[in-house]
Amino acid sequence: MYQAIVFLPLLGFLIAGLFGRSIGAKASEYVTSGFLVVSAVLSWIAFFTVALGHVEAFTVPVLRFIQAGGIDVSWALRIDTLTAVMLIVVNTVSALVHIYSIGYMHHDPHRPRFFAYLSLFTFAMLMLVTSDNLIQMFFGWEGVGLASYLLIGFWYKKPSASAAAMKAFIVNRVGDFGFALGIFGVFVLFGSVNFDTIFANAATFIPAEGAAPEGQVALTFLGYALNNQAALTIVCLLLFMGAMGKSAQVPLHTWLPDAMEGPTPVSALIHAATMVTAGVFMLARLSPIFEHSATALTVVTFIGATTAIFAATVGLVQNDIKRVIAYSTCSQLGYMFVALGTGFYGAAVFHLFTHAFFKALLFLGSGSVIHAVSDEQDMRRMGGLRKLIPTTYWMMVIGTIALTGVGIPTTMIGTAGFFSKDAIIEGSFAAHNPVTGYAFIMLVIAAVFTSFYSWRLIFMTFHGKPRASADVMHHVHESPPVMLVPLFILAVGALLAGVLFEGYFVGHEYNEFWKGALFTLPENEILEHFHHVPLWVKLSPFIAMIVGFLLAYQFYIRSPETPKRLAAQHHGLYQFLLNKWYFDELYDFLFVRPAMRIGRFLWKQGDGRVIDGLGPDGIAARVTDVTRGVVRLQTGYLYHYAFVMLIGIAALVTWMMLGNSF
Amino acid sequence: MTDWPILSTVTFLPLVGAFLIFLIRDDGASARRNIRNVALLTTVFTFVLSLLIWIGFDNSQAGFQMVEKTDWLDSGISYHMGIDGISMLFVILTTFLMPLCIAASWVSVEKRVKEYMIAFLILETMVIGVFCALDIVLFYVFFEASLIPMFIIIGVWGGKRRVYASFKFFLYTLLGSVLMLLAVMAMFWQAGTTDIPTLMTHDFPESMQYWLWIAFFASFAVKMPMWPVHTWLPDAHVEAPTAGSVLLAGILLKMGGYGFLRFSLPMFPDASDYFAPFVFTLSVVAIIYTSLVALMQEDMKKLIAYSSVAHMGFVTMGIFAMNAEGVQGAIFQMLSHGLVSGALFLCVGVVYDRLHTREISAYGGLVHNMPNYAVVFLIFTMGNVGLPGTSGFVGEFLTMMGAFRANTWVAFFAASGVILSAAYALWLYRRIIFGALTKESLKSMLDLSTREKAVIYPLVVLTIFFGVYPAPVFDVTTASVDALISHISQATGAADTASLAK
Repeated sequence: MYQAIVFLPLLGFLIAGLFGRSIGAKASEYVTSGFLVVSAVLSWIAFFTVALGHVEAFTVPVLRFIQAGGIDVSWALRIDTLTAVMLIVVNTVSALVHIYSIGYMHHDPHRPRFFAYLSLFTFAMLMLVTSDNLIQMFFGWEGVGLASYLLIGFWYKKPSASAAAMKAFIVNRVGDFGFALGIFGVFVLFGSVNFDTIFANAATFIPAEGAAPEGQVALTFLGYALNNQAALTIVCLLLFMGAMGKSAQVPLHTWLPDAMEGPTPVSALIHAATMVTAGVFMLARLSPIFEHSATALTVVTFIGATTAIFAATVGLVQNDIKRVIAYSTCSQLGYMFVALGTGFYGAAVFHLFTHAFFKALLFLGSGSVIHAVSDEQDMRRMGGLRKLIPTTYWMMVIGTIALTGVGIPTTMIGTAGFFSKDAIIEGSFAAHNPVTGYAFIMLVIAAVFTSFYSWRLIFMTFHGKPRASADVMHHVHESPPVMLVPLFILAVGALLAGVLFEGYFVGHEYNEFWKGALFTLPENEILEHFHHVPLWVKLSPFIAMIVGFLLAYQFYIRSPETPKRLAAQHHGLYQFLLNKWYFDELYDFLFVRPAMRIGRFLWKQGDGRVIDGLGPDGIAARVTDVTRGVVRLQTGYLYHYAFVMLIGIAALVTWMMLGNSF
Repeated sequence: MTDWPILSTVTFLPLVGAFLIFLIRDDGASARRNIRNVALLTTVFTFVLSLLIWIGFDNSQAGFQMVEKTDWLDSGISYHMGIDGISMLFVILTTFLMPLCIAASWVSVEKRVKEYMIAFLILETMVIGVFCALDIVLFYVFFEASLIPMFIIIGVWGGKRRVYASFKFFLYTLLGSVLMLLAVMAMFWQAGTTDIPTLMTHDFPESMQYWLWIAFFASFAVKMPMWPVHTWLPDAHVEAPTAGSVLLAGILLKMGGYGFLRFSLPMFPDASDYFAPFVFTLSVVAIIYTSLVALMQEDMKKLIAYSSVAHMGFVTMGIFAMNAEGVQGAIFQMLSHGLVSGALFLCVGVVYDRLHTREISAYGGLVHNMPNYAVVFLIFTMGNVGLPGTSGFVGEFLTMMGAFRANTWVAFFAASGVILSAAYALWLYRRIIFGALTKESLKSMLDLSTREKAVIYPLVVLTIFFGVYPAPVFDVTTASVDALISHISQATGAADTASLAK
């Protein structure tokens, strides 16, 4: 069964990819979507048997992979609660996106290719979440990167799409640079890259206080001799760098907004629900290592909180409907990392789980909007769509209330985000590390912004007067059922995922549910503490949500002139936010241009002038001076060369014979 | 089967084919067809025969197998052939790539077909000989003689600046080979034999090792090629015909890496240990320097040639990490690079045959009318980038792993080369394949023909196969590499094994 879950999408990819042109678009769609639905159903069965049942974690071997030196890894499927949660997230969203795409991509001539890519992505993601060693994880990691590259650049005629695809791949590679070094470090420290061995060794890796001799060197990294604790911290930070790239954390976030060049279903699947959460998954999976490094966790908290607030501020002013949601994703991923950094892994995965539903809902809903208004994405040319596409409107509203976390504090009534996001905020208050105070404040402010930009999106798109041309407004139509049904299913998840699963992910059934898949040290008692934070802490996300909503209502319903006036008053700030804090310009200036300049310099000056000038060309010039006139290869150098060689051999043989006779 | 000299058969079979072609009088279309057919049949047959070597190979044995030994010139020199886990797969790689090269030149070579095919077949013999020779003089003969056909191939069937390119090739390799010859003499003087297995266990005095090491290094470093003696390679590639580039990148470069593994490491372990930081430095410089240079190239072939230099940097880095991961990775990287870069040159050849230019800016939007080509090119680009799931990943990853154990700085810089490789490879892909199809000259270009598919698809299959299931390669190499590593660590005092055990 587990093999089927993982390999059916691969089969779908192969069928659609290799034979897509001969079997036609319809068949490709049905085959890939059909396989995904089967996979999704099986995933839920797996979830009920493994996570909610009493099956211990186990591993399904598949094939030998690399055995070289001390490395011994196989392709294998590691099944435990964490994997099971990821399986349902990935397969459910992927199946719905496949189905949705049948409608959304209806007019595209390259549908077989599109569905092949989607299935390829799903397969790679499944390999990632089922990996039982770091190398297979790296395979999935890069595999989803490839699929993301292909899907962002799906409309390859658009130069901007090709550029965005390339940027996504390369920025991710910067993260992978750290990930790869982290894997090497893990191998040196623990002698293996298989999770079982790593986790077993990690438990006893940090010597008890005073037990280890001082000055023992575990790893020499870049000239620094590190003891066990420091080495572990460095390795964790390197691995986290990989997570930052994939999960679009500051400062490796720049690719995510550009990735919106891809078709909208892709954004929903890859850049909201699944791939970008791979970093969160990685840290949760490696919790047995990270838990031992308080320093690394502090860094994770800091980066997470910074990303949460940064992305939220940029989201406030964006005008492209998809970019608003993209920055929102970036910000919500920051929340998840704060949870990880505070040792609250359950909450991180919980938010990952609920976020997948409501963010996919928002993206697919925005796809439905874009579909309705003739591929317009700029919210300044929308407005007043509520009456024309009511189903989409209500679905978007459900997504928004789930994202902003509508619910009644201290009760069990609320949407998905109410449970997961508030748990993270409360956890950040309850935890103990040097930056939790910072994190708590940032997350609450970010919650205000989240609420503001989410409602701003709803108000600008659906309320007010239509700003689109009459021609576009005339064509506005509700999406077909094949697109709406996936929205309904996601909406159910967005409303109920929190209340149904809270007890398992972060509540009383925590231990029975996770069965050790998430590791926490005995002194990590956040699970206890977050239930007992003061009332004002529990109320703060709720108040933030209300404030954000009221501000948005004031700005975009009651007096639509206010935002323009504010933008004009604070022009510098507005431009700063609109241009995403100028990260792209900065990187272009710091890395891209110098790399090209240096490359050209090395080529022309280094290779051309210095090496060739002093070496072959210089000598050649002298030689040609001498042999000018008979510069023909067959008669010239070749024979010289052969001649020299023969003389050499003759000399050698003579020497040897003489040598023997002595 | 034990008595049958299979290595000599495989080595010299191409010469028989070359002789047959020599007998065909080259006039008219039918004669040319015959020449091509004979060449193809010879290489295919050689390949099939060489598979017997793999089948008969005993994975568990670390020493040399299928040994043939006959005295030659009553002088201590012998005709001594044999293979071990390090050399065997290079023989297979050679025999495998050769039929593809012949097929790739099927229509693109029109003048002097006869001489062309003869040159290729002679080249095949020489290269296989290099990997099989177990006498250092025999090795030297094959090693140097293999350059002559390559010379001719570049010089006669090459592009506009072919004379300059072969000239450069000549100057570089001459220097290296003279030094190597001197070293060979000195070794004979000291050890009293030219037999490689004997020399591998011979204990050269430490002071002498340094000089011998440098002399061999000069030769192999040019071959690899390592920075800063790499500048002949881009020119040679640019001027060589497609099949010549495939062989150059696919096999001839590997002779340098093979030389390090066969001579430098086992025979001069102290010197290798001493010079390892020096090699690391050159490797890292090569990886970053040439990747940056590749980023700015305007000529497709030059770009791929520079990327070859960068990938060979990973190989030297892995070899001189002198641990099992590094060396295994280096061997795998060489094999994988043989497939991937060979295939990339074939890909360039496909569009060059149609448009007769290698300027990147002349292309764009080929995905519209050449979808199969776009897919194939993508797969090899990803192999070049070292994406997991392609063979490029396994070697690159293991060499970096080995380097990390030896010296984290090296791994650190090498890993940053991985970012750059993604940059130049994807940028190339984007400029050639993506975008709108606007250039008039490109609109009539046809997708891969059946012949081109037959040449390229096997490489696609192998690139992915070995990326997912590299075990067959490691099964072959493990025993020999482990023996090599333990030999070195014994010789150098086993200092670094202690640090691993902890």
